[in-house]
Formats: sequence, C-alpha cells, structure tokens
Amino acid sequence: MDFLTLIQVLDSTVRLATPLLLACLAGLFSERAGIFDIGLEGKMLAAAFFSAAFAATTGSAWIGLLAGIGASMMLSGLHGLASITFRGNQLISGVAINFLASGMTVLIAQSWFRQGGRTPSLTGDARFTSIDLPFADAVRDIPFVGPIYSDLLSGHSILVYLAFLAVPATYWLLYSTRFGLRLRAVGENPAAVDTAGISVIGMRFAAVAICGILCGIAGAYLSTALQAGFVKEMTAGRGFIALAALIFAKWRPWYAMMACLLFGFLQAVSLRYQNIQIGEFTIPVQLMDALPYILTVVILAGFVGKAIPPRAGGEPYVKER
Amino acid sequence: MDVMPKWADVILIPVISLLLAAIISALVILAIGEDPVAAVKMMISGSLGSTYGWGYTLYYATNFMFTGLAVSVAFHARLFNIGGEGQATLGGLGVAIVVLYIPWPHWSLALIFATIAAAAFGAAWAAIPAYLQAKRGSHIVITTIMFNFIAAALLNYILVNLMRPKGSMDPASAKFPKDLHLPTLHELLDPIGISFSKAAPANISFLVAIAACFLVWFLIWRTRLGFAIRAYGHSETGALYAGISPVRITMIAMIISGALAGMMAINNVMGEAERLVLNAAEGAGFIGIAVALMGRNHPFGVFLAAILFGFLYQGGAELALWTKIPRDLITVIQALVILFTGALDNMVRMPLERIFLWLRRRRAS
Repeated sequence: MDFLTLIQVLDSTVRLATPLLLACLAGLFSERAGIFDIGLEGKMLAAAFFSAAFAATTGSAWIGLLAGIGASMMLSGLHGLASITFRGNQLISGVAINFLASGMTVLIAQSWFRQGGRTPSLTGDARFTSIDLPFADAVRDIPFVGPIYSDLLSGHSILVYLAFLAVPATYWLLYSTRFGLRLRAVGENPAAVDTAGISVIGMRFAAVAICGILCGIAGAYLSTALQAGFVKEMTAGRGFIALAALIFAKWRPWYAMMACLLFGFLQAVSLRYQNIQIGEFTIPVQLMDALPYILTVVILAGFVGKAIPPRAGGEPYVKER
Repeated sequence: MDVMPKWADVILIPVISLLLAAIISALVILAIGEDPVAAVKMMISGSLGSTYGWGYTLYYATNFMFTGLAVSVAFHARLFNIGGEGQATLGGLGVAIVVLYIPWPHWSLALIFATIAAAAFGAAWAAIPAYLQAKRGSHIVITTIMFNFIAAALLNYILVNLMRPKGSMDPASAKFPKDLHLPTLHELLDPIGISFSKAAPANISFLVAIAACFLVWFLIWRTRLGFAIRAYGHSETGALYAGISPVRITMIAMIISGALAGMMAINNVMGEAERLVLNAAEGAGFIGIAVALMGRNHPFGVFLAAILFGFLYQGGAELALWTKIPRDLITVIQALVILFTGALDNMVRMPLERIFLWLRRRRAS
C-alpha cells in the first residue's frame, strides 16, 4: 500500500467515523447520566430520513439538519418518558424505538415520495458540500505534509469538523463544568444528587435531550453529507457500532474518538478491499465486519482492561425508598 | 398485597396495551391516506379467511413461539436475551450441517437430530454471553447484541466460502435432499379427511412448537429448576441466600433460551426454505421480545401472542400485496406493542391501579 492509497483510506476513515463519533458521544451523555440507550440506531435512522426529506423538499441542507434533530429529539423524549417518567425498562424502550424508526421511516417515505421507501436524490444546496481549508490547493505539492493537509484534513463537510470539535467540547462540559459534574453524579449515585437539591429527573432529561441532538446530527450527516438521500435501513447497524465504541472507550470522550476512528478504519478497509492477503493468510472481509463487535465483547469480558459502566445505569430513580 | 386482582394483570393490561397500539396504528394508516377498517378486514380475510392464509399465519406463529419462549425463559431469570436472532441463525447452521452431510433414511429421524443440532448450536451461541455475564460481569444485553452481528458475519463467511455449491453465485447452501422434506399441514391433515392448502408452508414443526410450550410450562412451574430460575429472577440476593447459584442459573436459563431460539430453524430452514440462506431468521428473534412481553412470559400467553403476530405478519404481507401500505407497518405495530407492554407498562398500570384501589375503598366503606 503506497502513501497516496493510505491517505485515501484514512480520508474515508474520517468520513465513516463521523456518524459513529456523533452517535457515540450521544450515547456517552445519556449513559453517563444513567440512561442506557440502545436506541441510538433508531434515532439516527429517523434523523437521516427527516433530514433528507426536508432537505429534498426545501432545498436547504440546514433546514434538513434541523428537521433531523427534531425527529431524533422526539424519539429521545419518548425514551425519556418511558425510562425516566414511567420508570420502564430502558433496554426494552430502546428496542421499541429502533423498530419504530425502522418501520415509520419507510412508511412515511413511501406515502410522502412514493419512491419505494426512499427520498429523491439530493443535489446542490440540499447536501452539505465539502469545505476546503485555507491554502489546501497551495500546499498539496509539498511532499508528505501536503497530501495529509489537503486530502486528509481538508475537503470534508462542516458536520465532520463539528463532530471532531464535539469531542473537546464534551470533555470540557463533562469534566470542567458544574453541569458535567452533576450529570456524571446522576449516573453514579442519583440519591446523592437528589439530596443536594438537584432534580435527578431534570438532569436525566437534559442528558437524553443532548443525546437526541447529537444523534440527529449523526443521522443528518448520513443522508445529507455522506450520501445523497435516504434509503431504507441506511444506518446499517452504525448505532450499535457506536454503542460498541462507547464501551470500548469506557465511556470517556477522547477514547471514544479513538475507538470510532478505529472502527471507521475497519469499515474503510473492508469497503476498499474484499479479502486481505497477509503472507499465507487471507483475512476474510466478514472478519473485518465482525471485528468491532468481537473487540467489544473482549473488552466487556475484561480480558483487556475492564469496562465498568456508570453505576446507576439502567435503573430508574425512585425518590424516597 | 397486590393492588390489582390477578386477572387484571394477566388479561386487562395486555389487552389495553394492544388496544393502544392498535389505535395508534389505525391513526398511522389514516395519516398515509388509507382506510384502517378496510385494512383490518383485508388482514383478517388474508390471514384467517382461507386455509392458505392460516397456513402462513401458523408458519410465522411457529417461528415466534420458539423465539417468544426463548425470550420468556430468560426473562424469568431476569435476563434480557436480545440475541434470539443470532441464536436462530446458528440453529439454522446446525440444521443444515445435520441434514446435508448425514444420509438419513427417513425424515422423522432427520427431524429429531436436526432439532437436537439446532438446539445445541443455538444454546452454544447463547452460552458464551451467559458465561461472560455470570463469570466476567459483562452486560448480557450488549454481548447478545454483539453476538447477533457476529453470527451474521460468521454465517455469511460459511455460506460464501464453505457451504456454497460449486458454480453457484448465490450465498446459500445446496438444497436439502428431497426425501427429507418435512410433512406440511396439508400432508398431515389430508389422511384424516381435512383439506388444507397445499401451498402454505406450515409444517410439522408447529406441533413441535406446541410441545415446546408445554415443556417450558412444565419446566418453569413444575420443576425444582424452574422454581430456582424464578426465584433468581425475583431476587438475586434471596436466591443466593437459599443456596441457588447465580452462575448456574444464568448459564442454564440462557442455554435453554438459546436452544429454544435455535430450534426455530427446523421450521424456517428445514420446513420452509429447505436450504440455508443468508438472514434466514428474518427478524423473528426480535419479534420474540414482543411476543414474550405480550404473552406475559407464560407459555400459553406466548402461544396466543405468537398466533397474533403470525396473523399480523401474514395480514401485513396481504396488505403490501393489495394496497399501498408497505409491509413495514408490521414493524411499527411490533414497536408499539413492545413500547406499551414493555417500556410504558407503568403508564397503563398506574391509572388502573388507582381505579382498583378506589373500587376497593368504596367496597370497604
């Protein structure tokens, strides 16, 4: 593999890691506040559809983005209602949300556009186009550094940069603000937070809302930037890979970015090459597909470092037992 | 003291949840510009109006009975087995290996050993997450989700690289031998003078599924092991105090659960497709969650809920064929059932409990 091919693979790694990263950070906010969320996939899918649908109708990718965030937040609200207000099982609620999104998107797409459950292809302003960083053309010819800057770092859509900026922002919010401290506390020991006079329910709803916003951006990126339009089941398990990345990163923002880049790299490699030859051995493409999941199981099992989730995760908070 | 009488818990709450799901589904049908009453009529006539419709309804119901029982056995031990899909996939692999590579003299022998193989493969696929949960403390929901994806990739590899017949482009195994064809309901009912549609795929596995319902009922409510599973599900500390080993119960409950999910393969792989294809389970593993929730984890409830979902599946296929309503409507109904009977259970329960308390107070005064 020569240098330029490597740059191309890494470039597509960045593109493919972006939706994973946004969804992973979304899950991070929710799970750090003690709300398990296996409905990331469904929220992304709903957002992907509504972004593409509104972008196609209005011709503006930004209106599409807002619609996608709105749809994702509706589902987040449902998850909050079920798991915070009515103290239901968070995992079952997540499963329901995934199916709801999977069915509703096709149903609405079919009755709205009549194109077999997809939206029309997006063109022009209805898509997020790539942005060239300053001097990208000028420095391209400089050896080594030039291609890295012009082809790898430059030329992505604004949502990609937003996703990677969200990592330090999340880190700052979580570890340097009062809100972050409370959010983490609510996931570890909600009773203590309640004693301090802070609303556990309010904090958890705030976390779920942030999760909705980030999943919305992730979905919008899929249908209006990475691809041009919505197709049925277009998230293709990315919500679960994001969940895997979250566990892999042990619920920490910078590590989440690393995990998403790793899983994005695996996707990029398996897209580009079918079977990889290393000497005598052939690595089948299916192994590359399954690797994120296998790695997550290994990490969860504690064979390579132990992944311990937030202590109050998955349990509804009941005041005054 | 229970606030509500038992019948309200077992019948009233599921029925109200189902009604809520039905009302919202009707609104969805209205919103996409179709007539819900006509849609329901078409679903009923398409799935229950002929023996052909019944044949498909019962075929789907057979799948959902196995996966529903699988989820409910795990639920009794308070384990959420979301990996029925992967376990059913592996079950299919077990069936295909047994049927393709061993020359069986008769279908009945093949069925017995295929069932054993399906159960063993499904159980093995569930045993790994169970072990990791019991011994290493990794969350079973996450591991079983991951195992669904790993199973799909594994089957893909095996079909493409190992089991695909030479010269075939299709990622599927060879056809199973003709003489190992399982008798369909038509062939079973014809000798006793009942005519049943020839084209429908419902087969003898339906009877196996009913037998499995009885066995699970016996296991959970009539054996010491079943008591231990339920005790563990109610209170882990209580069970520990009573000398019940959490590791043992987690392993056993998940192995039974995985075996049941795997056994689904005798219906869809051996009974219907008669070869192993990609994604043979077609989401039945996930419908098992809705079926178990709807059936209140009781085998008889699972039986009824499986028939209900079989009806929805066949009815949905008819709708997709004759109207502009896509088949995905069923996914929405399934989501709503899971939402109302599972996650929003308290929303239905709280007002009902208030009504029953009020009634009781009035009777007392």
